[in-house]
Amino acid sequence: MLTAEKIGKKFSGITALCDVSMELLPGKVTAIIGENGAGKSTLMKILSGVYPEYDGKIIYKGEEVRFENPREAQACGIAIIHQELNLIPDLSITENIFLGRELENAWGFLDKNGMHQKTQELLERLKLDVKPNTLIRDLKLGQQQVVEIAKALLTDSEVIIMDEPTSAISDHEVEILFGIIENLRKENKAIVYISHKLDELFKIADSYIVLRDGKVTETGTMDGVNHDLIIKKMVGRDIKIIEKGNRITKSENLLNVENLTLVKKDGSNRVLLDNLNFSLKSGEILGIFGLMGAGRTELLECILGMHPSACLSSVSIENKKVKLKSPREAIQSGIVLVPEDRKRDGLVLGLDVKTNITLSTLNEIQKAGLLSKSKELALTDKYIDSLQIKTSSPHQAVKNLSGGNQQKVVLARCLATQPKVLMLDEPTRGVDAGAKNEIYKLIMELSEAGLGIIVVSSELPEILTVSDRVLVMAEGKITAEFSSANANEDAILKAAIPQTI
Amino acid sequence: MNITSQRVKLAKFQSTIALLLLCIFLSILSDKFLTVDNGWNVLRQISVNICISVGMTLVVLTAGIDLSVGSILAFSGAVAAGLLKSGISFPENDLFIGFTLLGTILAGVATGSFLGFFNGWVITKFKVPPFVATLAMLTVARGFTMLWTKGYPISSLGTNFAYIGTGWFLGIPILVWIAVVVVIAAMIISNKTALGRYIYAIGGNENAAKLSGINIDKVKIIVYTLAGALAAIGGIMVTSRLDSAQPNAGMSYELDAIAAVVIGGTSLSGGRGTIIGTVLGAIIIGVLNNGLVLLDVSPFWQQVVKGMVILLAVMIDKANSKAE
Repeated sequence: MLTAEKIGKKFSGITALCDVSMELLPGKVTAIIGENGAGKSTLMKILSGVYPEYDGKIIYKGEEVRFENPREAQACGIAIIHQELNLIPDLSITENIFLGRELENAWGFLDKNGMHQKTQELLERLKLDVKPNTLIRDLKLGQQQVVEIAKALLTDSEVIIMDEPTSAISDHEVEILFGIIENLRKENKAIVYISHKLDELFKIADSYIVLRDGKVTETGTMDGVNHDLIIKKMVGRDIKIIEKGNRITKSENLLNVENLTLVKKDGSNRVLLDNLNFSLKSGEILGIFGLMGAGRTELLECILGMHPSACLSSVSIENKKVKLKSPREAIQSGIVLVPEDRKRDGLVLGLDVKTNITLSTLNEIQKAGLLSKSKELALTDKYIDSLQIKTSSPHQAVKNLSGGNQQKVVLARCLATQPKVLMLDEPTRGVDAGAKNEIYKLIMELSEAGLGIIVVSSELPEILTVSDRVLVMAEGKITAEFSSANANEDAILKAAIPQTI
Repeated sequence: MNITSQRVKLAKFQSTIALLLLCIFLSILSDKFLTVDNGWNVLRQISVNICISVGMTLVVLTAGIDLSVGSILAFSGAVAAGLLKSGISFPENDLFIGFTLLGTILAGVATGSFLGFFNGWVITKFKVPPFVATLAMLTVARGFTMLWTKGYPISSLGTNFAYIGTGWFLGIPILVWIAVVVVIAAMIISNKTALGRYIYAIGGNENAAKLSGINIDKVKIIVYTLAGALAAIGGIMVTSRLDSAQPNAGMSYELDAIAAVVIGGTSLSGGRGTIIGTVLGAIIIGVLNNGLVLLDVSPFWQQVVKGMVILLAVMIDKANSKAE
């Protein structure tokens, strides 16, 4: 259906893609695999018309094409679901889906009913249970991703490119998505699927292309290859899933949370978190698993003091009661959070690495009321070293770093405050396989150094890899607790699925 | 790679280059431009705008805006002038409080600081958008000025007070000294202190700043208070220069300040910009004003030219940040 021949692309002299050829067939799912920076997104942006300038050619339905912009590509039936969500927060789902292609009635006015109906159908097809007139800003990240998919399904696209569609959604939604992909496959669409999660690819893809440093290193069909082989081709070396060593957890309680309740403050008085009780020991890694909407993120936000008026709780650290009314007070008490969406909540992207790392600890790098350059650089270098942050210099803007290294910068900022409790929300979202393992290793090292760590994740393998103890949440309640010895995927998932009465 | 990096390097100096070109151009067209007298004249004229623009820069860096600086300038100047001239008297109690020169200046600055503080308080505690909160203050402070002055100028404030606006110290006008001190202080704050970092961080990403433990409300209140205080200093300067507090002083000064900030390369969406850029922006506007007068351009055309320059500056800035 679509053939790419010897595609090449350079950015200000640096080669991003070189001689990449591939073929997309109708009714087949092609997986594109590669580490961050391997050139996957660049390739997709060329196919979808975002980058009109490139070497080589694209042949679509037997004719050479060169799209000048995404609109042209879309009109020809090539749709892309971007990794970064392209939705307008203050518009409704319907308005977003029809943005730029609004239906009009005979009078030239918007055909609101028609659009509403079509959106309703799409949402039902995608099993997203929200009203079409809901504003995007009121949706969770995972739900927004589904809307993004709905957008691509609206135009009857022949080629659908999905760039990390599952990076923000829960396993339950992944299943739904796979159902959708299965249907699209039956409708003879050509699908490109990019993901870091190799397990998904084994479930869904027919063939694969591995990119490394902008070149194709391997292609083939999915049968007959395994996990390790693909990873080897991806990174050019073996990566072992990290093994936990002998884990020693201290016995004294570090953090105690009692009767934590969060009520939504929008008049609905919906209970988001319902009377939660748990504790964390120093040196312990507590995994919290839950599907989307279970209240994982809200739990961490409450402990960090982000909902002071809506949240009731009794929190104590080292047996001392603390009242946390803002993130500032939480940080002073030794609690830090590495947030889920690092670009939105974790980093000041336009500022450089050193500024981001020292942002929470500026008091400690002052001399006579003024910031000391040398102390600042010393602190920055210490964390660039110990966390192995790959950056050309401390003065590099963080927006130029890869996802994994950005995550380490957030982590460095948190660690610089000398916390006692480290909370990580989806610590490896949008991070490639190599960096993922590094982050797991860091988490374990930190716990060995005595920190109490809470890891919230929607990825089961991640929870199972790092946790000493697993709490499962569903609908704002803790539904199960497992020690790492008893934890297994089935039992955790079962506890995570909401019990509808 | 080379061309882009050169372009980026060039972009850093674009305001300087523009200013130089403007000066060369004006020296060729008018023999009155490149004289010592005219130089000091221009610097004295822009010193007030520089003070206000510096405050505006800090506000804009937090992704805010302050439309009230012109009115705060007028009110603070009027308060200082009024207190200096007639003090406060309570005839029924037979009480009179006189003010020294320093006392009136402090009272003026305190007035401006308080109005700025009020702006910050409303913006942070009641989540009123800065544009709206300071628009309201623009009207309110102007109204206060009218009430205080009863609509008439307060003039003849004495030679000591007038010395601020007309005097020289070490061969440099006092007004220019004030602007220099303000600029240096603001540069230290923005580059060398935690407060400065917080200002940039809040403008760059308020969510991340909050999660990093920064007290957002406190920083914003400080910034608006500073903007008010600097407007008040501007008010003292203007009043002293004219030896008179005019009820309509500082009209639309906020627009000149915003223009200087924008020409200086500060992003109105916050997080990016420098004090020195703003200073250059203010100088460009000042030189342009001066040049257009020297060239006998009609006042109507002056406004058109000024507007085009602002537009051009931002267009070039956008093109450059894209290249980056």
